[in-house]
Amino acid sequence: MSNYSYLIYILVMAGVTYLVRMLPMTLVKGKIRSRFVQSFIYYVPYAVLAAMTIPKIFYSTPDLLPSLIGLAAAVITAFFGRSLLVVAMCACASVLLCEVLIMLI
Amino acid sequence: MKFQKNTYISGLYDGIPIALGYLSVSFSLGIQAASSGIPVLWMLLISMTNLTSAGEKAGIDIILAGGSLVEMAVTQLMINSRYFLMSLSLSQKLTEEFNLPNRLAASIGVTDEIFAVASSKAHSVSPRYMYGLITFPYIGWALGTFLGAAAGNILPEIVTNALGIALYGMFIAIVVPPTKKNPKLLAVVLPAVVLSCLIYYLPALDFISDGFAIIISTITAAIIGALLFPVETEDPADE
Repeated sequence: MSNYSYLIYILVMAGVTYLVRMLPMTLVKGKIRSRFVQSFIYYVPYAVLAAMTIPKIFYSTPDLLPSLIGLAAAVITAFFGRSLLVVAMCACASVLLCEVLIMLI
Repeated sequence: MKFQKNTYISGLYDGIPIALGYLSVSFSLGIQAASSGIPVLWMLLISMTNLTSAGEKAGIDIILAGGSLVEMAVTQLMINSRYFLMSLSLSQKLTEEFNLPNRLAASIGVTDEIFAVASSKAHSVSPRYMYGLITFPYIGWALGTFLGAAAGNILPEIVTNALGIALYGMFIAIVVPPTKKNPKLLAVVLPAVVLSCLIYYLPALDFISDGFAIIISTITAAIIGALLFPVETEDPADE
């Protein structure tokens, strides 16, 4: 494919993606007054993160068992208030450990 | 480690786990792109201008299939429309220093993870903090794509596999502590989880794309929360 076609594809791709992110940030300047909309916006992060994590996390590693163990490790460390980095690394380490154990058995 | 809030440095620090997760995700994206025949430098440009995994994956597929530009635009719009909700939510959490140029610049960095971390802050976020937060993830995303596309699989597979859970671990670290403190959040978290599972597992709902699945679950769950437990009007972010 020619460089020209790559460029046009990428321009459209990046342009649309940027507009989706940029428009709400620039058009909504003041604080929203409606209590319902405020509440809705307040709950969006929790809703979106929960929906993105489950069920996708079950398939985030090639096997279900390591993924479940990683999920459990993340929930437990997060419950005890560890930082993002610690929680993420504990999840990865548990998956790695579980995979090594599976290989050895 | 504790830093003064809203500084560039505190943003950099908060961005480290995101960057680590991005390295592994973009790495595999780079490998896929290179093996399917996208030239390395074009792939790098895609990652540097789009900064999104699902959207880039779909975009590459369209390029490879020689799809039309309309198809490209509509697909990107659908897959990435969740960023619209995130930017809207973030627009309410910016300090007054966020003028138009700052808003134009920072919006390129609205990803699932950067949004998640920024919105988990108890305070409004400053431009300095946002730029700090975006820096490492942006570098990690571009670098990972480049390494994956140029060098192929240089990490042992078992390590790449383990890193696949990093970003989800972060999401959990953001949702669990506030839910422990304020169990009302379960009224939002549970419906979101149930809906996304229903859409994922019910064969009748197979026609709903991943992007829309997230949007439908998010909007419904957040409306349930807003109806059952409206937040105090002054500054909901500080609750």
